Amino acid sequence: MARRRSDAAGKVRVGFEVNGEAVEVVVPPQKTLLEILREDLGLTGTKHGCELGECGACTVRMDGTPVLSCLVLGPTCEGRSIRTVEGMAHGAQLHPLQRAFADLGAAQCGYCTPGILLAAEALIEANPTPTRNQIKEALAGNLCRCTGYIKIYEAVELAAAWMRGEDARPREESVYGER
Amino acid sequence: MANAEGGHADRRASNREAFARRVVGRAHRRVDAAAKVTGATRFADDLVLPRMLYARLLRSPHPHARIVRVDTSRAAALRGVKAVLTGRDLPTPFGILPVSQDEHALAVDKVRYVGDPVAAVAATSEDIATAALDLIEVEYDVLPAITSPEEAIEKAEPKIHDYAKHNNLQKLTNLEFGDVEAGFAEADHIREDLFFYEGSTHLALEQHAALAEWSPDGKLTVWASTQTPHYLHARALARVLDVPASRIRVIACPNGGGFGGKSDPMNHEVVVAKLAMMTGRPVKITLTREEVFYCHRGRHPVLMWVRTGVKRDGAITAMHFRSLLDGGGYGSYGVASMYYTGALQTVTYQVPRYKFQGARAFTNKPPCGPKRGHGTPQPRFALEVHLDKIAEDLKLDPAEMRLRHLVPPGTLTANYLRVGSIGLGACIRKVVEGSGWERKFRQLPYGRGVGLACSSYLCGAGLPIYWNDMPQSAVQLKLDRGGGVTVFCGSTDIGQGSDDVLATIAAEMLGVDLEDVHVVTADTSLTPVDLGSYSSRVTLMTGNALIQAAERAREILATHVAAKLDVPPHRLVFAGRRVFDGTNPERGMAFVEAVQLAEAAHGTIGTVGSYKTPTAAGRYRGAGVGPSPAYSYSAAVAEVEVDPETGIVRVERIWIAHDVGQCINPVSVMGQVEGSIYMGLGEALMEEMAYRDSRNVMHKIPSMLEYKSPTTIEMCDVVTYLVEDPDPNGPFGAKEVGQGPLLPVPPAVANAVYDAVGVRIDEVPITPEKVLRALKDKAKGGAARCGPSRFPEIPWPEATRVPPPWEGGDGSALGDARRSGGSGAPRTRRSDAVPVPEPDGPRAVKRAR
Repeated sequence: MARRRSDAAGKVRVGFEVNGEAVEVVVPPQKTLLEILREDLGLTGTKHGCELGECGACTVRMDGTPVLSCLVLGPTCEGRSIRTVEGMAHGAQLHPLQRAFADLGAAQCGYCTPGILLAAEALIEANPTPTRNQIKEALAGNLCRCTGYIKIYEAVELAAAWMRGEDARPREESVYGER
Repeated sequence: MANAEGGHADRRASNREAFARRVVGRAHRRVDAAAKVTGATRFADDLVLPRMLYARLLRSPHPHARIVRVDTSRAAALRGVKAVLTGRDLPTPFGILPVSQDEHALAVDKVRYVGDPVAAVAATSEDIATAALDLIEVEYDVLPAITSPEEAIEKAEPKIHDYAKHNNLQKLTNLEFGDVEAGFAEADHIREDLFFYEGSTHLALEQHAALAEWSPDGKLTVWASTQTPHYLHARALARVLDVPASRIRVIACPNGGGFGGKSDPMNHEVVVAKLAMMTGRPVKITLTREEVFYCHRGRHPVLMWVRTGVKRDGAITAMHFRSLLDGGGYGSYGVASMYYTGALQTVTYQVPRYKFQGARAFTNKPPCGPKRGHGTPQPRFALEVHLDKIAEDLKLDPAEMRLRHLVPPGTLTANYLRVGSIGLGACIRKVVEGSGWERKFRQLPYGRGVGLACSSYLCGAGLPIYWNDMPQSAVQLKLDRGGGVTVFCGSTDIGQGSDDVLATIAAEMLGVDLEDVHVVTADTSLTPVDLGSYSSRVTLMTGNALIQAAERAREILATHVAAKLDVPPHRLVFAGRRVFDGTNPERGMAFVEAVQLAEAAHGTIGTVGSYKTPTAAGRYRGAGVGPSPAYSYSAAVAEVEVDPETGIVRVERIWIAHDVGQCINPVSVMGQVEGSIYMGLGEALMEEMAYRDSRNVMHKIPSMLEYKSPTTIEMCDVVTYLVEDPDPNGPFGAKEVGQGPLLPVPPAVANAVYDAVGVRIDEVPITPEKVLRALKDKAKGGAARCGPSRFPEIPWPEATRVPPPWEGGDGSALGDARRSGGSGAPRTRRSDAVPVPEPDGPRAVKRAR
C-alpha cells in the first residue's frame, strides 16, 4: 500500500486512476467513491439513485469489475483503476455500446444509462457473444423505469456484434414495430 | 437534391406530400441521445455553483399531529449552519389545483403524514445540514390517524383538512348521463363486480433535486427536476415567496424519469428558493430515496364497484360506476384524479346511459397524485375484467364482443367527450391475429392462459389546470443567417422525447436536417409558456404550436424566394435544405440563401406559434376532466404461466397494438410502448405502497430493494404493433403514446390468470399469496376469487343530471341555469378544468382574467 498520510481532520490521501489518468484526492475516510467521482473529480455521469446499493445507477468498473460505487469507500480505491461512463468514448467517437444505445433509443431519461453501459461493457469483454438470458442476468442489478429493458437488450446484442467486427443492423421491427 | 417526384401543380399541401416525409415518421437517433449515453446530460443534482449551500428537510415522525412548538436555536448555532426555516417563515399555502391549495412548504400548524416537512436547514455541507436537523426540537401533540378511506367516511374527528366535504372525504361527485335504471330494465343480463387497485409509486431513478440562486439584482433563478416549470413558476414560487413572477426564472432540468412524480410544485423547491433569498448564496437540495417515497404523488389506491346491463350480443344498455380513492394527506391533483376514475369508461365501447359516483378521501399517508395514466388505469382494470366476465356469462368471445360495440369515429359520448379517430378495431384484430388468440383462448393446458384487454387515453387534458383563455402551448422560432433554426418552447423532456419531437417537426416543416435545428426548452425566461409534461399533451400541443410558427416562417421566406425565382409562392417546396419549385426542382436555392434573402428584405426572422385546445362540449361541473383534442387506443393480449403450487404468475409475452395516429419518431414511440408495458406489469404483479397496519401509519418499505419493481429477470417479451390512424387534431395526425399502452396490461394479465387456472384476482398486485388463496378456495368449491367484498355506504351528493347528446342534451346539467346556454352563445371556456372552487374551498384563488 502506498504511503498514506492522514491529516489532522482525519482526511485520507487516496491515489488511484480514473479513465486512464492518475488522480489524487484528500477525503474523509467514509466518503464513497461515488461522492468522490461526482464532487471531487466533477465526473457527474455516475449517478446517485438510492444510496443503499439497490438500484445500480452508480455502477462503475473497478479493475474491470462492475461495482456499486455508492458502497465503495474512497480509501479502498488506493492504487485501483476506475472506469466511468466519461471514459467510454474516444473523443467524439462513441463506444459501440453508446452508439447502439443512442440508435435504438435504449436511453430514454438517461439516468440509469451510465451504470448499464458499464455493466454491459464488462459483460461483452467477458463474453463476446452474450445470449439474451446472459444479458438479463448481467443487468439484473440495474433498475430502469423508462424502457422496459427491451431496447437495452437489443442494443447490447447489436454492440456485441459490432465489437466482433460484424456489420450488424437493428431489425426493422425493432424500431418500427411488427407488421 | 430531393427526389424529383412529379409535384402537383396547384395544391400546396400536395406539394408537401409530393416530397414524401423525410424526417417525421422515420426512425432516427433522438437529438438528446448522444448526451445521455456519454453521461453529459446535466441533471439537477449534477449542478454546482460557487459558495453553494446544502439544504435538508426535517420531516414529521408522526402521521397526524399538531405542532405545538419548534425550537431551532441549537441548530442555528451549529457551526456551518447559515439559515433555518420553519412553517412560520412561509405561511402562504399553495397546491397544483386552484380548488385544493392546501399545502405549505413547511407545516404551519399540523403534520398530516409521516415525512411531512416541518423545518429546513441550509449549511455549508450536507453533513452539517443533516447534523443540524437532529438539533431542532419539535413538540408535537399527536392526534389519532385516519388510516383508510373507510375511516375517512365514518370519522368526523380528527379532521385532516377543514375544507373536506363530509368528515374526511375531500370531494364527492354524482353524475348521471341518462336514466341508467331504464337502461338496466332493457338489459338481457346485468352483472355487478367489485375491484381494488393498490397504490404504487413512480420510483423514477432520479431523486428530486433543486438549486436556487438569488442574485444581487433581485432576481431568483430556480433549477429543478420538475415536469411543470410553468406551474412551479407562476402558481407556487411567485405566490409563496411574494416575488413578482417577472423576477423569477425557473429552469426545468432534464428529468431522470418523471411519470407524474415531479408534476406538483414541491416543498423542497419552495424551501431552497426562500433559503437562497435569506442567505444570498446558492442553495441546493437533493432528496434521499426514502424522502422520495414520502414525496410520492403516485397512483391512488382505488376501490371500485361497477354494474353493467348488456344485451345478449354484449351491447351495453347502461353502466353505473363507483370509485373511492385513498388520497393521502393533501389534495395534490386528487380532485382531477377522482374525476378521471369516471371519465374514460365511455370512449371505447358505446355506453348509452352512464352514472358515475366518485369520492376522494384524506388519510394520514403520503399524498397521492398523478402516476402514468393518472386515474384511468384503475377503472380500466375494473372495466376490462368486468367485461371479460360478462363475455363469459354471455358465452361470447371477449374480442368479438368488443369489436361489435366500439365507439364510432367522430362520436360525442354520453359524458360529452369528443372521440375523433379510433383505431381500436384494427388494434384488436392485430393482437388477436398476432397472439394466436383463437387457438389459445380457453384451450391452453392448465397453468397456461391468455387474456385480452383494451383501453384509451387522452392526448392532453382539454383544459388548463388553472382556468384561463391563454394558449396552452407556444413556440418561438429563430431562423439564423447561418442556416440554423432554433426552436424555443417551454416543454420539458422527462425522457419521453419531447425535445426530439420539436426538432423533428421543425426539420420536416423547414426542409432542413435535424443537425441544423437547435432546441431550447423548459426555461421560463427564454421559452414561451408550455403548461408542462403531463396528460400526454406535449407532442400534440407543442407540435401544433410549432407547425403554426414554422408555417409563418415559411410564408416570409416563400414571399421573397418566389419573387426572386418568379415562381408562385404556393409551388415552393422546403426539402433537402433547399427551397425550390415543386414542379421544377432544379429551380431553387439553398435554405441558408433563402433565409439571407428574406432577412435582407424583411429584417430579422422570428415567428411564434401557439395552440389552444378545442372548447370542451360538456358544461356540467366536472366536465373539464376528460375532454381531449384526441384519444389514443390500445389492445393487448397477455400470455401467462401460473404455478398452482406456488401461485407465482410469470408473464411470458404481451402482444400490444397501439393506435398512435402517426409516429413522429418511431424510436421514441417504441420506447414509450415498451416502457408503459413494463410499468403496467410492475403494477399488475408486485408494486404496492405498503403501510404498517398499526395506528402509526408508517411506510413499510421506503427503499428500492423492499419496494418490488420488475428487473430484467421479471420483464416479459413484448410484440408491438403500431397502428397509425391519423387524427385531424394531431400534428401530422400524431396522438399520444406515453401513457396509453400501460392501461390494458394489468387487466390482460388478470384475465390471462383466470384463463390459466380458473381463479379471479379482482385486485392488483396479483401476488402469489392471493392466487394460492383463491386456488384453495376454488378447491373447496368456493367463489375462486380474491378481491374486495363490499363498497362502503357513502352519502353521495344530489345527482347532477346531464342528458346525453342523443336525449337532446346540450352538455349542461338540468336545472343548472348558471351554466346553461341562456345568455346568447355559451362563453368559450365556461366549463372548467377542475370544478369551480367552492366558496368554502381553502382561499379560492382569484380567476386569472
